[in-house]
Amino acid sequence: MSIHHKSNWELLKNGMFGENTIFRMAISLCPSIAVTNGLKNGVALGVSVMFVQTMVNITVSAMRKFIHPKIRIPIFMLVIAGYVTIIDMLMATYARAVYREIGLYIQIIVAFASIFARAEVFASKNKIIPSFFDGLGMGIGFLLAMIVISFFRELLGKGELWGISFVSGNPLLIMILPAGGFLAVGLLMGFFNWVDIKFYGGKGASGAG
Amino acid sequence: MATEAKTPELIVSVSPHVRGKETVSRIMWTVNLSLLPAFIAAVYYFGPRAAYVTGLCILAAVLSEHIYQISLNKKTTIGDGSAFLTGLLLGLNLPASVPFYIPIIGSIIAIVITKLLFGGLGYNIFNPALIGRAFLLISFPKLMTIWTEPTARFVALDAKTTATPLGILKEGGLSQLMQVFGDKTELYMSLLMGNRAGSLGETSVIALLIGAAFLLYRGYITWHIPFSFLATVGVIAWIFGGQGGLFTGDPVIHLISGGLMLGAFFMATDYVTCPTIRKGQVIFGIGCGIITMLIRLKGGFPEGVMFAILLMNCFAPLIDRGVKSKMFGAVKEQEK
Repeated sequence: MSIHHKSNWELLKNGMFGENTIFRMAISLCPSIAVTNGLKNGVALGVSVMFVQTMVNITVSAMRKFIHPKIRIPIFMLVIAGYVTIIDMLMATYARAVYREIGLYIQIIVAFASIFARAEVFASKNKIIPSFFDGLGMGIGFLLAMIVISFFRELLGKGELWGISFVSGNPLLIMILPAGGFLAVGLLMGFFNWVDIKFYGGKGASGAG
Repeated sequence: MATEAKTPELIVSVSPHVRGKETVSRIMWTVNLSLLPAFIAAVYYFGPRAAYVTGLCILAAVLSEHIYQISLNKKTTIGDGSAFLTGLLLGLNLPASVPFYIPIIGSIIAIVITKLLFGGLGYNIFNPALIGRAFLLISFPKLMTIWTEPTARFVALDAKTTATPLGILKEGGLSQLMQVFGDKTELYMSLLMGNRAGSLGETSVIALLIGAAFLLYRGYITWHIPFSFLATVGVIAWIFGGQGGLFTGDPVIHLISGGLMLGAFFMATDYVTCPTIRKGQVIFGIGCGIITMLIRLKGGFPEGVMFAILLMNCFAPLIDRGVKSKMFGAVKEQEK
């Protein structure tokens, strides 16, 4: 049944670097541009996605023998929607300030390509433990990407980090606008590709299955 | 009787067999030269500060291109004058009062991100100088719209800040503009000579026209883009620009204020980012004019030349594809 040949650590690493949702696969770019104008929002969405990703992988993996292949897509959808509802309500209760800003994007996690893709290509074909590590790795990869992007955008665009201002003067206002989001994601993606080619011979891009 | 008829030497070479003298660097340096009158006018009206800002732009543009190419082990192309031109155009598009880091940031964005990351000269989608300016305008909306009053005679007095004519027109209408400048002839004269607030190089229409006439004479730019651009702006200003209903607007004010002359002659005509086919260039110019007037009359900014040219830059490849003439003898592919 199991088709993977990787250790759990390799699965984690694959999610974080080899198949990083944003910098490698270039999917789920919409939230990565929309909410990364502040470190706090970026981390909040990153953690939510990490939670949903991991739980969905576990659940789908546990149910993989009962899901009929023909209706697997709606089933995945229901599982994802269930966990998104949980995180949505949790945030609405305990993190109101953040929720007010990024609430819409929490609900949009339902339609995240990365979560859906992992359920389809990994969790529905593997046992629970590898699925857990795969989901966690992808989640951490997404979280790391959000932290990197929002770090630069908040620092350059507002001159502050986590809401604490420490650079006076005129910040680059464009960096917290959508145009700056595209600019930041594009430049960081280029930078990580350069690092990959320079130090790993470009294997990270193609080597990860 | 020439018994020893000289056999002509047989030279075999690949085409093209006749080469003109024109090279990229020759054209670029000529365009730089044609901006000299505008630069002198800028220094005349805004003092040494104008030369400082423009020089900083050129220096940052040339240096960033050089450093980028050296650090990537590429041949440096600063000699062709295109980086110099980008810096010069960006400098002429800035207000005189900007602090030193604004020209530097703008030049780096223009050269590295807009030009070199896309593959260098000839591959950029957008006009580098305009992207640099758009980046600065959005990043520093306050600093980029502090317009100092021209002081004239190459000296910098304690400059007063004021609004640009288009800004006044947007806020208070034509009557307010008349109050500031006196009567209509005085208004036209100030706008033509450049005795008004605005970006460094855009104010003096006469200086710009001298440079543009030089370029037209040399054949480096053709009439298609600038004149269709200007004509569209004029017609729309005449029809919709007036307060008393249709066909009451004053096209002349719209034509000689703002950055229209600088944009139409020196930036919309950038070889890389405009359509290459004449018919397409006319469409390009008309599109620029429509967007410019849309922003000036209805938009939030008082001036729209920059965004108009940038938006039409996106459409340049599409326009080229649309107006491409049919190849001689080519048969339309049968639809199945």
